[in-house]
Amino acid sequence: MDFVVSALDYLLGIPIFGWGTQVGFIYKGLLLLVALLIFTAYILLADRKIWAAVQVRRGPNVVGPFGLLQSFADLLKFVFKEPVIPASSDKVLFLLAPLVTSILALSAYAVIPFDKGWALADINIGVLYIFAISSLGVYGVIIGGWSSNSKYAFLGALRSAAQMVSYEVSIGLVIITVLLVAGSLNLTDIVTAQQSGGIAHMLGVPWLSILNWYWLPLFPMFVVFYISALAETNRPPFDLPEGESELVAGYMVEYSSTPYLLFMLGEYIAIILMCSMTTILFLGGWASPLDIAPFNWIPGVVWFGLKLCLVFFMFAMAKAMVPRYRYDQLMRIGWKVFLPISLAMVVIVAFVLQLTGWGWHGGAV
Amino acid sequence: MTLPLFFFYVFSVITVASALMVIAARNPVHSVLFLILAFVNSAGLFMLAGAEFLALILIVVYVGAVAVLFLFVTMMLDVDFASLRQGMLQYAPVGVVVGVILLLELLLVGGSFVLPTGVEATAMVPIEQGVQNTKAIGQLLYTRYVFLFQGAAGILLVAMIGAIVLTLRHKSNVKRQDVFRQTGRKRSEGVELVKVKSGQGL
Repeated sequence: MDFVVSALDYLLGIPIFGWGTQVGFIYKGLLLLVALLIFTAYILLADRKIWAAVQVRRGPNVVGPFGLLQSFADLLKFVFKEPVIPASSDKVLFLLAPLVTSILALSAYAVIPFDKGWALADINIGVLYIFAISSLGVYGVIIGGWSSNSKYAFLGALRSAAQMVSYEVSIGLVIITVLLVAGSLNLTDIVTAQQSGGIAHMLGVPWLSILNWYWLPLFPMFVVFYISALAETNRPPFDLPEGESELVAGYMVEYSSTPYLLFMLGEYIAIILMCSMTTILFLGGWASPLDIAPFNWIPGVVWFGLKLCLVFFMFAMAKAMVPRYRYDQLMRIGWKVFLPISLAMVVIVAFVLQLTGWGWHGGAV
Repeated sequence: MTLPLFFFYVFSVITVASALMVIAARNPVHSVLFLILAFVNSAGLFMLAGAEFLALILIVVYVGAVAVLFLFVTMMLDVDFASLRQGMLQYAPVGVVVGVILLLELLLVGGSFVLPTGVEATAMVPIEQGVQNTKAIGQLLYTRYVFLFQGAAGILLVAMIGAIVLTLRHKSNVKRQDVFRQTGRKRSEGVELVKVKSGQGL
């Protein structure tokens, strides 16, 4: 019964009431989940509003002031509709697929540091964990597409499998260059490494920490990561798995009601995850852009949120402005452009670090 | 029972059960999905053993890439599985024999494996205390075993090139998009403005 006690302490402990020795993970997890879901609701609204503004429309503006409650109305609508399960589908897998997508997308947030020490689990291989979880995300799409037993859904699943495997390669290499410079796989360490050294320190203006962050020295990688993140999350202009003009809605054709809602939710949470990864790897995480008086009074989590929204704004603008790629062009840009660029950058960055002694290891052999 | 032990049993039971389902499932797509479940749970076992780098690499490489392609191919198979199962009883004895031999060998190896005391002190490359295992693996791979590591990489590269060469077909009668030619084209090569005289044509 020893393990039951330690498990209860770990999950449900409340030190103030004398229960256990630490604040339970259930409470922290629930807090993170609720905050994340509300944030997702407004990110979804922002996506639609930005899209509308680019096309000189108003976007959702009926439910609540400025349409602020639109996402919640959509949620209720989805939940109360009838889930239609195709007769010839593989029913267990059909219902499992949206769950896989949304649960995997959510579970990656366990290691994201929103502020100094604000990570649910500050594990020492955080980047690898997120990379592993996001590489699992393709299963929701494949299982959903296959189990629907529909040709459109199946084609969507096939496209998605090839696309996500291709772009994972370049994302992995981009992450490796960042790791070379930061010298750690821990997300908190990557953020603090962006504060403690960099171009601003070399120029003698250490307060201008926006120049310290890796977006500037690793600018090509920043661009590659941003575009690969679009492809990895099936966002336009790389939304070929859904491509409504050819495949109706791709792997989601047969889905309705709550399963569809879960797919949608998982997709947007994965997008926010990619935005926070960009923030952490290239935009200095929770750090303030100017390390002087009024700016560094603002709590880090606010800066994190602002940077996240900035990256998401770029995602939304890409959706609104860029036409969809053709599939062979998508594969070409992944394998023939991004892969050589990121491979070359890994070698170049490693050479520069070794020869100049910049970065974490001081050039020691 | 401690918490890690509890999780060890959870992961191992699921691993063994899903490994069994890989061969027992009727539908090959279900088999692949059970295989993936087995991979993920063995990653959990690695994690419990303190090898977190190996655990996540197992997920990234095997689950995230290899199994996706595996699933990709299996989904597209169009085989009559009922007819495949016809000859199953015929092959079953061979499978049983192989399985029994493997099990006996595993038992022999596992039963006779002893770790002599003080072996850690005489290890060729002792792992320092407090070094993360990502760093420890890196230090070993890129210093002591760097030539073997590079050799393995070379072999894999040759295998990849071989596979590509075997399947690559150059079709001459297919129209292809040449992006460099497309973007390198000047206006004078693409568009021609001709003043056509009325009633004469070109």
